[in-house]
Amino acid sequence: MSDTTPDLTTREPIIEVDSLVRHFGSQKVLNGVSFKVYEGDTFVIMGGSGCGKSTLLRHLIGTEKPTSGSIKIFGQEITTMNEDAMRKLRGRYGMLFQSGALLQSLTVAENVALPLNEHTQLDTGLIDTVVKMKLEQVGLTGHGHKKPSEISGGMKKRAALARALALDPPLVFSDEPTAGLDPIMTAVVDELTQRLTQKIGATVVVVTHDMNSVFRIGTRIIMLGTGPNQGRIIASGTPAEIRAHPHPAVQQFINGDPQGDGSDDSGEVLYRETLLGLNETGMYSRSAIQSSKP
Amino acid sequence: MTEAFRQYFELCGSLLYWLFVAPFRGRGWRIGHTFAQIVRIGVHAVPMSALTALTIGVVLAMQSAAQLAKLGATAFVPGLVSSSLIRELAPLVTAVIVIGRSGSSVTAELGTMKVSEEIEALEVMAIPPMSWLIVPRFLAMVIMLPLLTVFSIYVGLAGGWLIGHYSLHMSTAFFVTHALQHVALSDIGIGLLKSGVFGVLIVTIACSIGLNVSGGAEGVGLATTRSVVVSLLSVFIANALLTALFFF
Repeated sequence: MSDTTPDLTTREPIIEVDSLVRHFGSQKVLNGVSFKVYEGDTFVIMGGSGCGKSTLLRHLIGTEKPTSGSIKIFGQEITTMNEDAMRKLRGRYGMLFQSGALLQSLTVAENVALPLNEHTQLDTGLIDTVVKMKLEQVGLTGHGHKKPSEISGGMKKRAALARALALDPPLVFSDEPTAGLDPIMTAVVDELTQRLTQKIGATVVVVTHDMNSVFRIGTRIIMLGTGPNQGRIIASGTPAEIRAHPHPAVQQFINGDPQGDGSDDSGEVLYRETLLGLNETGMYSRSAIQSSKP
Repeated sequence: MTEAFRQYFELCGSLLYWLFVAPFRGRGWRIGHTFAQIVRIGVHAVPMSALTALTIGVVLAMQSAAQLAKLGATAFVPGLVSSSLIRELAPLVTAVIVIGRSGSSVTAELGTMKVSEEIEALEVMAIPPMSWLIVPRFLAMVIMLPLLTVFSIYVGLAGGWLIGHYSLHMSTAFFVTHALQHVALSDIGIGLLKSGVFGVLIVTIACSIGLNVSGGAEGVGLATTRSVVVSLLSVFIANALLTALFFF
């Protein structure tokens, strides 16, 4: 949306991540990730499947603890924070989950009312009014009484957005907000997220692999690598800088090429060479021909 | 295995905090949620408990009458039915029913919530899942299992009375008097203690396994089976230990 470089010097960093490392057994899922998210940004974390972007988001929201490194949110270090302090901090941000994560036992309206009931002293009448307003903002007027299982995928995402924004948080996290949606609904959810978060002046951190979304909503973008660059930031900048980035894996990702540095084709090579007996040029190898003789 | 034990004791520790410490720090029990769970875990189990207890009472009376008749001692049927029900069968059978219909449902529900990110969503909304989900289920189970057991004892005795009255031609007064003669108040207390212990075991095992589900729909299915198996074994072992402790 905005291809101009934001003036980072005058704005406060809302999130500061420094040398974040996370191991799962011997696998390094995050390998020295550092970045800052400034106030008012729509910060996009992109990358291929398994690059660690969702793991990074889980560290930012505090549901996972890193092996080493530092994460500061609103200037507070969260990696060493106790549960009570974390709970207070969580009241200051909203989260839109990939699946929506609406509570199935509650209606759509009850889901949106949940943060208001839990974290404010507002009376029931006022909460009902706020919920109606939030549902209207996301185009779900008249659907408040339905259970999440009775509405479509796009409606679930919008209801989850209404819940994430119920408390007008200054920071919103979003995990694959458009996964599984058709192109029109993807644009609707993107536009809604952008309009509503701008309205309340929120900073947004979005994890996605949808390139249309990346360039439609992102003001700052980082890309995490796969393969030899697993868990490292391979590109960072504004949408214009990312589009023109020289790293082949970035260009491959943007253009959606199946072959290149960013694709993990080890399985395909194994299939080609071992099972079909084809060499790199597509010819049958001598060993495969010999082993197939009776 | 070690990991499962660690997760179980971690849940128990956390549960103790949310039951006894958190209420004094301004985070009380959620009464509305607890009542909802009382209805789901307890009230909805009443018809099944009643039918099972009735058949067990009837079968106990018939089997004991068949044997005691050989000794001309059918007068002991009411006492045998009442003591068997109160000391052993009502707590155990009610626990088995509750494992089958409520323990499994707790694991499946929590497991589904885990894989659909609902539990993570609660955490991120700063709503502790322990307070929102686990404490209400724990309280409901610990309250309702002993109550269901008392109910099962009554219905089981009614089943015994059906045989005693209509087949063995005992008067109602005779049946009730003899049924009461063979049990002490402590028997009822120990029966209820047993069902309280079973309730704690069932709900903590169901919650621990449910909260640690991984692997999508298949994971939920496997976890539900594991929850039922582990709960059944735990309850049978606990029953043997408690019987040895109090009655042997």
